[in-house]
Amino acid sequence: MLVQDSAQPEEIMRPGHAACPGCGVAIGMRMVLRALGKRAVVVVVPSCVAVISGPYPHAAFEIPMFHSAFEIAAPTAAAIACALKVQGKDDIPVLTFAGDGGTFDIGLQSLSGAADRNEDFIYVCMDNEAYMNTGIQVSSATPQYAWTGTSPRGNVRGKKQIMEIMAAHRIPYAATACIGFPEDLQMKVKKARTIRGTRFLHLLSPCPTGWKMEEHMAPKVAVAAVETNIFPLYEVVDGLHYTINYVSKSLPVETYLNMQGRFSHLNREEIQAIQLEADRAWAVLKGKTNNKV
Amino acid sequence: MRKFITGNHAVAEAVRLCRTQLVAAYPITPQTPIYEKLSDWEAAGELGGHMMRTESEHSAMAACLSASLAGIRTFTATSSQGLALMHEMLHFASGCRTAVVMCCVNRTMAAPWAFWSDQTDSLSQRDTGWIQIYCENNQEALDSVIQAFRVAEQVLLPCMVVIEANFISHFMEPVEVPSQRRVDSFLPQINIPKRFELENPGFAVPVVSQAQYQRYRKLSQEAMAYALEVIEEVDQEFGDTFGRHYGFVEEVGTEGAELVLVTTATITSTARVVIERLRQEGHKIGLVKIRVFRPFPVQTLKKTLDSAPKIAVIDRNISLGREGIFCSELKAGLINASARAHVQGYLAGIGGTNVSPSLIERIVKDALSREDIVDEPIWIAEENSC
Ligand code: SF4
Repeated sequence: MLVQDSAQPEEIMRPGHAACPGCGVAIGMRMVLRALGKRAVVVVVPSCVAVISGPYPHAAFEIPMFHSAFEIAAPTAAAIACALKVQGKDDIPVLTFAGDGGTFDIGLQSLSGAADRNEDFIYVCMDNEAYMNTGIQVSSATPQYAWTGTSPRGNVRGKKQIMEIMAAHRIPYAATACIGFPEDLQMKVKKARTIRGTRFLHLLSPCPTGWKMEEHMAPKVAVAAVETNIFPLYEVVDGLHYTINYVSKSLPVETYLNMQGRFSHLNREEIQAIQLEADRAWAVLKGKTNNKV
Repeated sequence: MRKFITGNHAVAEAVRLCRTQLVAAYPITPQTPIYEKLSDWEAAGELGGHMMRTESEHSAMAACLSASLAGIRTFTATSSQGLALMHEMLHFASGCRTAVVMCCVNRTMAAPWAFWSDQTDSLSQRDTGWIQIYCENNQEALDSVIQAFRVAEQVLLPCMVVIEANFISHFMEPVEVPSQRRVDSFLPQINIPKRFELENPGFAVPVVSQAQYQRYRKLSQEAMAYALEVIEEVDQEFGDTFGRHYGFVEEVGTEGAELVLVTTATITSTARVVIERLRQEGHKIGLVKIRVFRPFPVQTLKKTLDSAPKIAVIDRNISLGREGIFCSELKAGLINASARAHVQGYLAGIGGTNVSPSLIERIVKDALSREDIVDEPIWIAEENSC
């Protein structure tokens, strides 16, 4: 059924948008909105997400949208949801797209506040692992050793564990997804739609420009991120119940790293460190799940 | 009904009577009792609206402006640091033409830390595109909140009702609290544009070009000019309905006065007593209270003060490196008046220090006897106040 659904979806993205060619964020937004359907209100905040949505008088999406401020994706969505409820329209979901900077960094406080109150909205973090809209600067979502314009010798810190942070809020639903697995992604959006309260999707969105790849690489690299356990696909219900949605091939991390120019300077030890961390994190995740993997 | 209540309580009464649909707030002294009072009523099922207890003032304003864009009536209250934290969102709330109403309880800005009345917090938000109304007492606070919703919703600009820490927020006074029925007839159900209608999908607040940005600024400035008309109309209608009205400014005995004292907020009440006595003693002293700061009522002030040979402005605030902010604004407003008056600025009550009748008398005497106006503000404080 899911395959059929996504084969004949309701298209919300209009022809023409302002993303770079092959942008994983644009692909992701399109998939999310197709799964969400037209009966919704969407918030975007400064990030590539807002650029993709179009400059006046253009609008890339045929749905009521609001370009809010950088660090307030969550309270914006929460308040619109509240207003719709007051107006007796509480069957209209409110979804917000924010970048990794707007989620992991500057918007974390307001997201935490809204999640703590279990406000009623779907939050989709379009994670392209750096400040791409301002031209590739390091964020706390940037993986260790990755090149960015402000980590020219490689990022010294590891990626912040945003899913753990969100799970710790005990929100009803949190899940990872990526554009390499469209059915899984759309299933999660549809599932999130049926739940009330704060729902969080962490969507890995490869960025050809910032990751230094060819234009056709975004979906392929997204698949590789999952198959190497760099970015496992899983869900957390009520912050407690973990389910792994896809059992990867556990390919060596080089498969993923070698596709991207941002990792081209890595030495053996660094690649080994990434492998060890991916193995460790995968084991920890498996330990938390209820399903046997 | 007449109640003996604090200014904070009076504001909360107004918010409830206005059937506010979303209150988003965060605690900060001395505003917190507004937030608590509304929470009490919510818990008792007497509020009607929804409360959002945000994790910061920044998010409180984010919530208010977003819900206002969706078309519901919203309110928040804050002070000092909280208002400064909101600063970015204040620009945003006016830029996207919301009808948010806020009560700012004036409080000193840190550093150093203090909790007393000082208007620099709200006056620092001068250029954010908010309507600002400064209140003299608890009754005016209640009345101004009711008026603010009418004005904000008609003009589509957010409105800040400003009261002072302690002198209004925590002092108790008899306040006439109108009935729900009368407030309902004065303030109908909200009817502002709903920006997120499924039938009419649009992209609110997209990126615009230089020329478009300029055009939006011009439209907002025109809205401020329109706000002057609406504030006046609403105030008059309020007077017809409730028997109290306030004007942009209030003048007392300015006709033929050789000196006009210009005050705002609670200092006005003390000045009234001083002026009354001095006038009985034969001094020709007038008083002008400025109530509306944005939009600044230049024409009204020009008319009111055109014949005054001398003007003394008392400011409980300072723009460091210049002078009291009301004084600067007034000077700028009068620069093109036919008979240019001499305006002397005085700083009194900064940091919430007491402005007693004798202090105001000293200002009057200084202004009357002064041959030369000085461009710098003159600090006036109680002896041994420091
Ligand atoms: S910079 Fe990256 S994320 Fe942004 S639009 Fe271009 S490809 Fe997409």
